[in-house]
Amino acid sequence: MTLASLVKPQDTYSYGFLDGHAKRELRRRILKAIAIPGYQVPYASRELPIARGWGTGGLQVTLTLVTPQDTVKVIDQGADDSVNAANLRRFIARMSGAHTTTDTHAATLIQSRHRIPEEQLTEGQTLILQVPDPEPLRYIDADMARARQMHADTDYSPIWLVLYEQLVRYRRYVQGASYPSMVHHRYVMSPSPIPRWDTPKLHQAAHLTILSAGREKRLYAVPPYTDVHPLEFSDVPFEVENQDGWMCFRTGARQQFMNELPQADGSTRYELSDTGYAEKLLTHPQAPSDTYYTEGRFYHDGFLKPPRRLA
Amino acid sequence: MTASSSHPAVSLDAPRLIESQPLVVLSNVTKRYGRITAVDDVSLSVYPGEVLGIVGESGSGKSTVMRLLNLEETAESGEYQFDAPDLSGNNLFTLDRYARRKIGVHHIGIVYQNPHLGLRMNTTSSGNVAERLLMTGERGFDALRDAARASLAASEFPLARMDDLPRKLSGGMQQRVQLAKAIALKPRLLLLDEPTTGLDVSIQATVLDTLKRLQRTTHITTVLVSHDLGVIRTLANRVIVMRYGRVVESGLTDQVLEDPQDAYTQQLVFSKL
Amino acid sequence: MLLTVHNLSKHFEMHHLNRQILAFEDVSFTLDSGQFMVIGGSNGAGKSTLMRCIYRTYRATGGVAWFESRFGRVDLTRLADVDVALLRDYEMGFVTQFLRPRPRVSALELVAEPLIALGEYQDAAESAARAILDEFGLKEALWQAYPATFSGGEQQKVNLARALIRPVKLLLLDEPTASLDSAARQSLVDRLAALKSQGVALIGVFHHANDVEHLADQHLRLDRVQVYQNGATHAVVE
Repeated sequence: MTLASLVKPQDTYSYGFLDGHAKRELRRRILKAIAIPGYQVPYASRELPIARGWGTGGLQVTLTLVTPQDTVKVIDQGADDSVNAANLRRFIARMSGAHTTTDTHAATLIQSRHRIPEEQLTEGQTLILQVPDPEPLRYIDADMARARQMHADTDYSPIWLVLYEQLVRYRRYVQGASYPSMVHHRYVMSPSPIPRWDTPKLHQAAHLTILSAGREKRLYAVPPYTDVHPLEFSDVPFEVENQDGWMCFRTGARQQFMNELPQADGSTRYELSDTGYAEKLLTHPQAPSDTYYTEGRFYHDGFLKPPRRLA
Repeated sequence: MTASSSHPAVSLDAPRLIESQPLVVLSNVTKRYGRITAVDDVSLSVYPGEVLGIVGESGSGKSTVMRLLNLEETAESGEYQFDAPDLSGNNLFTLDRYARRKIGVHHIGIVYQNPHLGLRMNTTSSGNVAERLLMTGERGFDALRDAARASLAASEFPLARMDDLPRKLSGGMQQRVQLAKAIALKPRLLLLDEPTTGLDVSIQATVLDTLKRLQRTTHITTVLVSHDLGVIRTLANRVIVMRYGRVVESGLTDQVLEDPQDAYTQQLVFSKL
Repeated sequence: MLLTVHNLSKHFEMHHLNRQILAFEDVSFTLDSGQFMVIGGSNGAGKSTLMRCIYRTYRATGGVAWFESRFGRVDLTRLADVDVALLRDYEMGFVTQFLRPRPRVSALELVAEPLIALGEYQDAAESAARAILDEFGLKEALWQAYPATFSGGEQQKVNLARALIRPVKLLLLDEPTASLDSAARQSLVDRLAALKSQGVALIGVFHHANDVEHLADQHLRLDRVQVYQNGATHAVVE
């Protein structure tokens, strides 16, 4: 007896692994999420061959949306070649017959854990973000009933209070990732643990973003060309990570989001977090793509205000 | 105002000299919890600028009256009228949760006996005060700092400690933070629920002082619940006495404390003085 | 006529003793602006009680007390509480025998407080407070001190200053000079004379009755339950 003999033959699975009912559920919930930007829609989250906490939410959305004509890119912390990203990509490809790629421009569906690619996404592309905890109010008030009331009343003063406390204690916002952001001037969402660098990319984006949490069984969406504003006091602007002077040791790129790699001798090397972009720079340096940040400036002029140093 | 003493010496006329309308009127309010009637057909008026004291022992209904005034709960019957531009004529008990919350934020401030009820213990004192402004949509950090400073100063709280956590403050200081939070939005009505009970006697005196000074300078309309007649005498202009959910006597503070008409009030006053 | 009292009576209903205690009965008098009435009688006869009934610290149990307020003629015994509070702010004053000091409140602040409560500016109120404390001879060094530590006479000076700092139409005085030295007593008498000439009506019980004899226009004598007025005797049934 082998494991292979116990496993069902592949062609007995539904297309995209999820059955018709599951896909209908997901499709309806996604449509509702798009209709109410930033609102967390509960959904009946299915069991998948990966454990909760490993991207089941994102995977369910991708499996629902994928067609044989799609090209799928999967990244984990910006890297296509991470074990988890590779695993997911292989599973999606096998279950749907879709093409896969590491090229951001070529992809129609991009499933990502904790990063948005550096190259600008366009209309027709869909970004699917894996979310560990969809509720921005979780760390303020764990009671779900009270949190729902707060969302209903647009009463986010406790979140503002957290930001106030950060400014008092540390003289700056210290929220590094999952920066609470107001979507379409109505709901505050957690944009998943993307770095602050990536949060502005959701504002008035040409692409559709769907954020899904499998374990928490909620999904939400940012439709194209929707306002997304990270919460900031009117006189203390939101700031992205300061990586001035950092240079990617492989490509020589500057002013794009870098990973820090501490070396054995105590020094630090930096490399571009977005591996797909890094490969492009290495193979086609003469044909630069449009990135969200160019020479440190964000492509939506005026969206990021000049920083203010608190005394 | 209604003369609800059960043994009236001479029954009182309706108010006519005072020009202003009452800020708050509770009319025939009854509140039940299951079979227990906590507040039984209570009527009272609070006029602008005055301090109305509510005296009673535990179980008298005074805390329930406070909760009703603070719109934490609604009553089965009776009306709650509040004189504010956007509210005239409305019975506040019939408004929906969202409207009641809005009124509570803008027009009412409360200081609880237990600071844990009124404060976030792990948020800075200034943050506790700033939260009130955040709830009305203030988004300027400097403005929040300035407002917190002003409120804490009016509560005679040392500004050097404005960013201390209430957890680390003494009881008297915690009450000052509560007070600063309560007055941050300059509400029309201030509710004080046994604000100095449980504090050291010497600290009680300083907090009472602050309350008196605040009242004197801002003329903020106040309802004060206390079982301590000394506190009532110091702060209240008029007082009502409650027992078993009913008002048994009401009058000017010195009159109720020195010439109580009702048997229960006499018992209360003479046993405590 | 500023104040017209007719058949005013007061008994205390002591429920726990199941007893009624009669303080005084069927007292009648009139008082005009600028007039000074001295109430005399033996101790416990109800002199203080009578004044407190007019000021509404006590609730009279019978009779009327018509008062010409700026708002019109009102019966003080039946006037609504909030209206009485208004009259106490602007038209009636009561001078007690003892001060109620408050911890950590200076003499100056206690005296200035009634003016500030009416809306006067802090510095104007404080300078008025200083002037009146000076008039009653309280040492300047004590103005910022806490009255709880003062002598009886010093406390009473603060008490007088606080009670007299606001202008009133009717002033009631309950043994205001009991703890004062003769210089302070004289200051008070001088001020009462000044108030009288300004048209303030005064009713008082004085420990040293001779001090104010030259100012008195009327005497009311209460002797237990018998009431004598201006020499005439009214026998009263118990």
